[in-house]
Amino acid sequence: MITFEDVTKFYPGQDRPALRNINLEIAKGEFVFLVGQSGSGKSTFLRLILREYRPSKGTLYVAGKNLSTLNQWKVPALRRQIGTVFQDFRLLPGKTVYENVAFALQVIGKPSKVIRKLVPETLELVGLQGKEQRLNEELSGGEQQRVAIARAFVNRPKILIADEPTGNLDPETSVGIMKLLDRINRSDTTVIMATHDSTIVDQMRRRVLELRQGELVRDQAKGVYGAN
Amino acid sequence: MRHSLRETWSGLRRNLAMTIAVIVTTSVSLTLFGFGLLTSQEVDLVKARWYDKIEISVFLCTERTTGGTCEEGKPTTDAQREAIKSALEANPEVQEVFYESKAEAFAEFQRVFKDSPILASRTEEQMQDSFRIKLVNPENYQGVVSEAQGLQGIQNVQDLRGVLDPVFSTLNALKWGTIGMSLLLLLAAALQISTTIRMAAFTRRREIGIMRLVGASNFYILLPFLLESLIAALIGVLIAGGALVATYFLVVDRTARAALPALPWVGPSHILLTVGVIAAVGILLSIIPTLLATRKYLRI
Repeated sequence: MITFEDVTKFYPGQDRPALRNINLEIAKGEFVFLVGQSGSGKSTFLRLILREYRPSKGTLYVAGKNLSTLNQWKVPALRRQIGTVFQDFRLLPGKTVYENVAFALQVIGKPSKVIRKLVPETLELVGLQGKEQRLNEELSGGEQQRVAIARAFVNRPKILIADEPTGNLDPETSVGIMKLLDRINRSDTTVIMATHDSTIVDQMRRRVLELRQGELVRDQAKGVYGAN
Repeated sequence: MRHSLRETWSGLRRNLAMTIAVIVTTSVSLTLFGFGLLTSQEVDLVKARWYDKIEISVFLCTERTTGGTCEEGKPTTDAQREAIKSALEANPEVQEVFYESKAEAFAEFQRVFKDSPILASRTEEQMQDSFRIKLVNPENYQGVVSEAQGLQGIQNVQDLRGVLDPVFSTLNALKWGTIGMSLLLLLAAALQISTTIRMAAFTRRREIGIMRLVGASNFYILLPFLLESLIAALIGVLIAGGALVATYFLVVDRTARAALPALPWVGPSHILLTVGVIAAVGILLSIIPTLLATRKYLRI
């Protein structure tokens, strides 16, 4: 699903690369934790997959596309296959739960018949049935993150990227979110989650990628947060 | 599509004051620009009719003419006529010499004042024979004029350029004045549109961010902004076009054409062309600043 071949990313005006010579492959349906300190390159890693940047060197394949040569105008089509969730939810204020999720389908031109079917289905999946008409300001943090996950997943993407999805949530709520991500992963969606939450990583026992100063220092199946 | 239209409408309402400002600036600048274009076409028309055709007219004596080198009560003799012709043709500044007889002059007079009361005021006998001189370089008319004035049998030397120059310089000043002012205003309108759209895009930056993230196409993201500025510009074009057409009917068609029938006047085809040009300018004026202002938000 995702292949990094010797990928290096420099930012303009910086001597040290944000990512250096990354080689790895993430298969379809895998669940991967991305760990490392702030500034270790996690965000760059995720943004390369989203094709917000191009690799400076090396080749990156996502969903069968070579992102280095992917045409600018094909980027939206790529992003329709990737759902994204952030620490700060990024919901639209003044819109209801339903509207926030439907927005993601409206703006890619889905017919309203499809929207009317997919949005309630997805809201049920994330456990928000009955709260469709609530404004997101009225929701708890956990519920807001569920809305964000519903929005990311409503188009049934092949890949779900989660950048610190539990960073603003208490441990109990985080467990709920992780269960949800796990359920999504079981529906054959590749999940890549950047996190600082050692408890979650240690409990889930999934593949762990650790970045340190832009280099991949650990790639461990059924791994833990901190290596010994 | 419905989403885009709704966004456009809410954008227009949210920025109502700015939208009105854009419409006012656009319509005023385009009206001025249109006036400039019409003036310029009018100048060209008049020039084509008068200026390029006739350079210097040398009017010959008749029985009733006085002044110049005419002998009282005597028309120019054939010998004098020949002398004038060969003298003019020998001048290196002269390119061509035409002879226009009384009868020809009267026919032209009749043609020009066909529908005018002035037509009845002259007879063929009142017209004069003349030489019409085309110059090698129209700027150097002084030498030829003074040479002609010295020849025998000449009542008057008229350099039409001398008469028309002040008219044309006034028209040209008008033309460049309106075009120059309109360009400044067009610049103001472009900056205003760009600011308005930048503000609108900033207000909606969260939506735009999410649209990009979920894979909305650039065109889809851009559409509400494009429509917003396009609608404002098109209203401006309509107002400006209306002002130009109204001016044409009230000033040119109803007043000027009747008052100065000797001059050619701009017609419906020129108005159509001008409205077409300002419509094109108006559309570019809205689209280009919009694309520039939203570029930052659309960079993938």
